[in-house]
Amino acid sequence: MPKNNEIKKVLVIGSGPIVIGQAAEFDYAGTQACRSLKEEGITVVLVNSNPATIMTDKDIADMVYIEPLTVDVLKQIILKEKPDSILPTLGGQAALNLAMELEECGFLAESNVKLIGTTSLTIKKAEDRLEFKNTMEKIGEPCAASEVVTTVEAAVAFTNTIGYPVVIRPAYTLGGSGGGIAHTEEELIDICTNGLRLSRVGQCLIERCIAGWKEIEYEVMRDGAGNCITVCNMENLDPVGVHTGDSIVVAPSQTLSDKEYQMLRTSALNIITELNITGGCNVQYALKPDSFEYCVIEVNPRVSRSSALASKATGYPIAKVAAKIALGYTLDEIPNAITGKTVASFEPALDYCVVKIPKWPFDKFIMAKRTLTTQMKATGEVMSICTNFEGALMKAIRSLEQNIYSMQYGDYTKDSNEDICEKLHQIDDRRIFVIAEALRRGISPEEINAITKIDLWFIDKIAILVEMENRLKTEPLTKELMLEAKRLEYPDRVIASLSGKSEEEVKQLRKEEYQITAAFKTVDTCAAEFEAETPYYYSCFDSVNEVEAPRTKKKVLVLGSGPIRIGQGIEFDYCSVHATWSLHKSGFETIIVNNNPETVSTDFDIADKLYFEPLTPEDVESIVDLEKPDGAVVQFGGQTAIKLTESLLKMGVPILGTSAENVDAAEDRELFDEILEQCCIPRPAGKTVFTTEEAIVAANELGYPVLVRPSYVLGGAGMQIAICDDDVREFMAIINRTVQEHPILVDKYLMGKEVEVDAVCDGEDILIPGIMEHVERAGIHSGDSISVYPSQSVSEKIQNVIVDYTRKLAKSLHVVGLINIQFIVYHDEVYVIEVNPRSSRTVPYISKVTNIPIVDLASKVILGAKVKDLGYGTGLAKKSDYIAIKMPVFSFEKLRGADIGLGPEMKSTGECLGISKNFDEALYKAFLGAGVNLPKHKKMILTVRDADKLEAVEAGRRFEALGYEIYATRSTARVLKENGVSAIPVQKIDGESPTIMDLLLGHEIDLVVDTPTLGRDKSRDGFLIRRVSIETGVTCLTSLDTANALLTSLETAKTGELSVVDIAQI
Amino acid sequence: MKAFLILEDGHVFTGKSIGSNKEVVSEIVFNTSMTGYLEILTDPSYAGQAVVMTYPLIGNYGVCYSDMESKKAWPDAFIVREISRVPSNFRSEASIEEFLKANDIPGIAGVDTRMLTKILRESGTMNGMITTNENYNLDEVITKLKAYTVTGVVNKVTCTDKRVTTHEEFTPTDFEKAKMTYMASPAMRAAIEKAKAADVCLGEIAMASMLGTKGVELLEELAKNQEMAKRHFKVALMDFGSKKNIEHNLLKRGCEVTVYPAGTKAEEVLKANPDGIMLSNGPGDPAECVEIIEEIKKMYDSNVPIFAICLGHQLMALANGFKTTKMKYGHRGANHPVKDLETGRVYLSSQNHGYVVVEDTIDPEKAEVRFINANDKTIEGLRYKGKNIFTVQFHPEACAGPQDSEFLFDEFINMMEVNA
Repeated sequence: MPKNNEIKKVLVIGSGPIVIGQAAEFDYAGTQACRSLKEEGITVVLVNSNPATIMTDKDIADMVYIEPLTVDVLKQIILKEKPDSILPTLGGQAALNLAMELEECGFLAESNVKLIGTTSLTIKKAEDRLEFKNTMEKIGEPCAASEVVTTVEAAVAFTNTIGYPVVIRPAYTLGGSGGGIAHTEEELIDICTNGLRLSRVGQCLIERCIAGWKEIEYEVMRDGAGNCITVCNMENLDPVGVHTGDSIVVAPSQTLSDKEYQMLRTSALNIITELNITGGCNVQYALKPDSFEYCVIEVNPRVSRSSALASKATGYPIAKVAAKIALGYTLDEIPNAITGKTVASFEPALDYCVVKIPKWPFDKFIMAKRTLTTQMKATGEVMSICTNFEGALMKAIRSLEQNIYSMQYGDYTKDSNEDICEKLHQIDDRRIFVIAEALRRGISPEEINAITKIDLWFIDKIAILVEMENRLKTEPLTKELMLEAKRLEYPDRVIASLSGKSEEEVKQLRKEEYQITAAFKTVDTCAAEFEAETPYYYSCFDSVNEVEAPRTKKKVLVLGSGPIRIGQGIEFDYCSVHATWSLHKSGFETIIVNNNPETVSTDFDIADKLYFEPLTPEDVESIVDLEKPDGAVVQFGGQTAIKLTESLLKMGVPILGTSAENVDAAEDRELFDEILEQCCIPRPAGKTVFTTEEAIVAANELGYPVLVRPSYVLGGAGMQIAICDDDVREFMAIINRTVQEHPILVDKYLMGKEVEVDAVCDGEDILIPGIMEHVERAGIHSGDSISVYPSQSVSEKIQNVIVDYTRKLAKSLHVVGLINIQFIVYHDEVYVIEVNPRSSRTVPYISKVTNIPIVDLASKVILGAKVKDLGYGTGLAKKSDYIAIKMPVFSFEKLRGADIGLGPEMKSTGECLGISKNFDEALYKAFLGAGVNLPKHKKMILTVRDADKLEAVEAGRRFEALGYEIYATRSTARVLKENGVSAIPVQKIDGESPTIMDLLLGHEIDLVVDTPTLGRDKSRDGFLIRRVSIETGVTCLTSLDTANALLTSLETAKTGELSVVDIAQI
Repeated sequence: MKAFLILEDGHVFTGKSIGSNKEVVSEIVFNTSMTGYLEILTDPSYAGQAVVMTYPLIGNYGVCYSDMESKKAWPDAFIVREISRVPSNFRSEASIEEFLKANDIPGIAGVDTRMLTKILRESGTMNGMITTNENYNLDEVITKLKAYTVTGVVNKVTCTDKRVTTHEEFTPTDFEKAKMTYMASPAMRAAIEKAKAADVCLGEIAMASMLGTKGVELLEELAKNQEMAKRHFKVALMDFGSKKNIEHNLLKRGCEVTVYPAGTKAEEVLKANPDGIMLSNGPGDPAECVEIIEEIKKMYDSNVPIFAICLGHQLMALANGFKTTKMKYGHRGANHPVKDLETGRVYLSSQNHGYVVVEDTIDPEKAEVRFINANDKTIEGLRYKGKNIFTVQFHPEACAGPQDSEFLFDEFINMMEVNA
C-alpha cells in the first residue's frame, strides 16, 4: 500500500516538559518522526511546550509552536494552521490524552482533521482498563484477575474476593503515577484514594499481584495492511513489582527458551492485530518463572520509553517507521536505513547484549524514599552494549557517573549475613550491589533467588563478576587473567585497585606488554548477515576490531552528556546535536560518544560516527586510539564532557574552544578571584575551605546567611544556604559523605535579583543574544527559577554593566565558544556569582526566542571564525518583539519523601515556555504549560516564614482581591489580619479541626504558598504540608516571588483566546 | 582444552573445546536466531554442516528434551561465542555442554562469531575443521578441506521404517497443556470439558484453546457437529529429515500421519490412498536426490494434494524441471520476511536453506511464485497450476522461530477438504 496522498499537512504533538516518566525519549521519537515526514514532502506543524527539545527547532518542523499543551491551545493552532491530520502517537501519554480529548469533544470531526497512525478507537481499547480486559478475554490473552473500580469501597470489596496483595493502577496516567502495591486494607484505601484522584477518568484497576514474575516486554510494529513484526523483546532483571522504567533491563531476553519467546511474541502480534494498531506499540508481560503462565500487564499503543530503548538496542528506527506507516506505507515498502539492503518488515537479530540501568535522583533528594515500586522514580537512563551480559552490566554501571566502577559499592562491614539477607528484601536502587555482597559472603544463589526472585542466570552473572574480584586480588596478573577481566569489562582502575597496582601500571601492562585493547563492532540490526551502511559502534574485548578509521577529513570528537539527571537535562543533548551538525557542515568528520538511549544525539544518523560507550577516560581513550581525532569539543556536553578535559589532553587530543586552563580558572576559586580583581568585577565575598572548622570560621567572618557548596558540581548539587553554625556543620557533613577532590566554597549570600546571560565569544568579541532575568530572587537555583527574556526590570545602565562584565570575563578567560554568566543585582550593584565557560541550560531557549543559532555560531567560532563575521553583530543583540518566559517543571509527586522547598540546589526536571508579545500573557502561558491550572474552589493556604510576613501581606491582599478565601497558620493569619487582609487561622497538623491537613485531604484547596525557613528546613510541619499538597495534586509554591508572578498572571488572565506564536516565523 | 576452527581460506580461530573432543570436517554455516539453539541442533536439515550461532550467549536456558525437533542432534559441530555456565529455566534438564557430549558433537566456544560470520558472508559458505590437536599442519588441513563435499545426507537422516501416528496419539506441547489447563479461562475450561466428553480429538482442542472466545465457539461447534469432529485426514509425510513440529502440526489438526522413509516408492505411498502428501524439509543439495525426484514426479501426477517445505519444495521444483542453485551463504535464522504475492501480506519466517529455486527456470505454465523473500526477492514459495500443490522454502512449522505462517497447515487441510 503506497503513501496516502491525501495527507499533506500533519500536526505532531510533543510530550511537553520533561518529568519523571516522560523524558527525552519523546524528543528523540518526535524529531525522528518529523524528519521522516518531511522526507516525504509533508508539511509538519509541531506543538510542544518544551523549548529545550530539538524537535522544536525550525529545521525539524515547518511551523513550530512552543505553546502550552492544552486542548484550547491545540484547537487554536488547528484553526490557524488547518492541518489535515494529527499524529498523536509520538508525544507520549500527554499527546495521546490530548488527541483523545480533541476527538471526544467532536472538534476533530468538525475541523475535518483525522488522527493518523492509530485511531481513537484503538487508543480507547488499549487504554481503557475495562475495554482492554474485554478485548484480551476475547482473544484468549490472559490478564491478571482484576477489576476496574471507581470507588474505594468497590476496590476493597473486590480485593476481598481475590486476596491481598493487590496492585492498584490508575487509568490514564503517565509513569504509573499514583499506583502501588497494597498488602493491607489500610494501604489499599490510601493508594486507591490517591489513584482515583490522579486518574483522568477517575478509574483504578485493582489486580492480582504478580510481583516476582519475570517482566518481559515486546516492541511491536504493525502497518495498515496488517503486517506485524517485533522489533525486539526485553527482559527486566528486576521481576514484576518494579516499574519497568526503574528496572535494569536487558535486550534481548536471556532466560526465555524459544518456546516462551515465541509464545509471547505470538501473543503480542495477536494483541496488536486485535487492537488494530498501525505504528509502534509496546506490550508488557508477566511470566511465571516456573510455568508457561503469563499475563498481559499493559499495552502502550504508541512510541514509548521502551521503544526508544529498543530502537537504540537494535538499530531499528521505530519512530521513523511509525511515521511512514501513518502515511500509509507498508513495512515491506520501507527500506531498512541501517543495511540499505533489507526492508523494515524484518526483525532485528542481535549479536550482542544490551543493558539499560535507570538514573535515579536520590543523590539530589537524599530524603526521598529509595524504594522502587510500580511508580517510576528515575529521571533518565544509560544503555550499554557488549558481547556478554557481565560486560554490558559493568559498562552501564560506570556510564551512570556515580563514581562506581564495579560491583563493589557500599560499606557492609557492620552487616552480618542476616543483615545482608534482610537488605536483599529491600527493593531499591542499591539491591544489585547487595546481591554482589551476598555472593561474596557465600550466600547461595538459590537463597538470593528465593528472596529477590531475580533469575538465577542473572545472579550467576553477578557471581562471575564477584569471582573476578577475588581472582584479581589473589592471582598474579597474567595475560589470561587480564584478558578475562577485560572481557568482563573491568576497567583498568578497578583491576589496579584489586591487584594492588597503579592504574598507569595496569594500563601499561595491558596495552604494551599484553597487547590487549578494545575492539569495536557494529550495530547493524542483522547480526552481520548483511553489510551495514550505518556507523553505529560499541566496544568489547576478546574480539577482532572491525571498525575502520580512515582519514579522509579532519575528525572531531563530540562528547555527549550521558544520562538525563536533574541539573543536566535534555538541553545539553540539544547543544551536542547542534554542534555536531555545525561541525559537519564545516567539513569535519564528526564522532559522537554518548550512552543515553533516550536522546537524539545517539540516533544513528546524527553524526558521521556514533560510539555508544561510557563517558569515562578509559572508554574514551579506546576510541581515541582508534580514531585519532584532530580535536574534541567538550563545552556542549555539560559537566560530563567537561570532566573529561584533562584526560583528553593527556591522550594528546586538543580541546577545541576554550582551553582547559581557562575552564579551570572559572572553577578554581583563587584563580577566578584574581581574574575578577583584574577586571574590577565585584562578587559576593567568599572563601575556600576544606574542613568543617574552616567553614564555620569563614561563615562567621562573612556573616550569615552564607552559601555552602562543593566546587565542580552541576545543578548546584549540595549547595545550601546556612544561617547558623549548626547549618554549616550539617551541610559539611552531607557534602563530605562523598569524597571531595576539590575544595568547598563558602560565600556571602546576597538576596538580590538574579540575571543570566549566555554569550558566544571568540576571545575578542562577544555576542549576547539576550539578557534573562529571574523572577525569584537569588537563593533559588537558576534552573528552578522562572526566567524572563528580555529582562523587564533591569535598567539600561545595569544592562550595560552586564554586557561590559561579560565581555571582560570572556576575554580574561580567553573563552572561545560559549560562556554562561549569572549575576546578582543587589542595591543597584552588579555582582558575578557564577561563570560557566560552556553551554548552559538556557541555550536552547534563548536561541529559539531570539532566532540566533548560538550553538552553531559557537561551533564556528571554535573552528576559528570571528563573531563579527557571523552576521549577527557583536555585543548585546537587539531585543526580540516577543517575551519568552521559561518556567521550571518539577516531578515531586513521583518522589515520596522529597522536600519540595526550593533553594540553591536544583530540583526541577524540566521546563516549558510561555511566549507572547505581551508579558502577562507570556507569564500566563508559562504557568499553564507547567500545569499550574488553578481550579474552582478559590481557597488557598498561606503560611510563610517570619522574614516574609510583611511581604506576604501584599500577596494576601492581591489573592483576596481575586476572591480567594485565605487559610493561614496562626502567626501568618495574625499579620494578615493586622494589615487588613481577612484570613482564617488554622492549626498546622495537630490540634483542632480543621487543620491544614484536613483542608488538603478534603480536596478543597487550589493553592498552597509555604515558604520554608532559610537553612535546611527543620520544621516537620512545613515539610509535611508541602508533601501532602504535592501528593494530593495541589499546586504548592515555596517562594513569594513565584506567588507574586502567579498573581500577576491571574490578575491579567484573559478569559478570551490566547495568541499562538509560530516561532519559525520570528 | 583448546580447540581450533580452521577455515578453507586459511583463517584460524582459537577457542575452548566444548562437547566431544573429536575432530570433524564440515561445511560451516551461520544461524542468526537469538533463541532456539536446541531446536537448531536437532533439526535434521543441519546434517553435514557445522552451525555457528551469531547470538553470543548460548545455553542460557539449558536443554529441555521435549523441545527437540528430532531424536538426536545432527550438526557435525557447534560454534559459539559463549556457553552459559548456569542453565536457568524451570524446564531445563541438562546443560548444552552435557547435551553435546551425550550426542558426541564437538564444539568450540570463545570464537569471535561476528568476525566468522562476516567471513562467511563475504566469501560464502565454506568448509572448516574443528580440532583439539594443536599440531595441525595448516596446508594439509586446507587441502583436505577443499576436497570435502557433503553427500548422501538425506539417507542419513530419514527414518528407517514406516510409522503411523493416529490423531489419538497427539501429545500436546508443554505450552499447549498449559493453555488447556491452568491458563484457560472458566468459559474455555467448560468448553474443553464438553468437547472432551463429545470425543473431539485432543489436537483440535489444543488448537482451539489458543483462540479465546473464537476457540470456545469452535469447541462448542465441534462438540455438536460430530461429522466435523470425526474427520481425520490421512497424510503421508515423506521424511527427508522431517522436523517433529511438522508432524505435530498435522496431528494437531486431527490428521492421521504416516511417516515414510525417503526412499519409499510413490506407488507404495499412493496405494495407501492418502488424503494429502507432505514433503518434508531436509539436508543437502536437492539436485543430488535424483531417485526421490523421480518418485515425486509420480506424486505430482496423482491428484493427491501436496504441501512441501524447504527441501520438499526444492525437490518438487526439480521434479518439474526447474533448477536449484547454491546460495552464497543461505538463509538461516528466525527473522526472514516472506511476502505472499497473492495477498500482499508479509510474514516473518524461520528459515534454513543453502539452496534456492532459480526464478527464471520456473515454467510459468506449470507454477507461479506465491512467496518471495522481502529482502533479497528470492523464491520462497510456489503454487502449481491446475494442481492442489503448494510448496514453501521457509518453515511454517517454526521451531525455532516465528509462528506467523502456521496458517499454511490450515490451507493444506482446506485443500484436502476441497479435494475430498
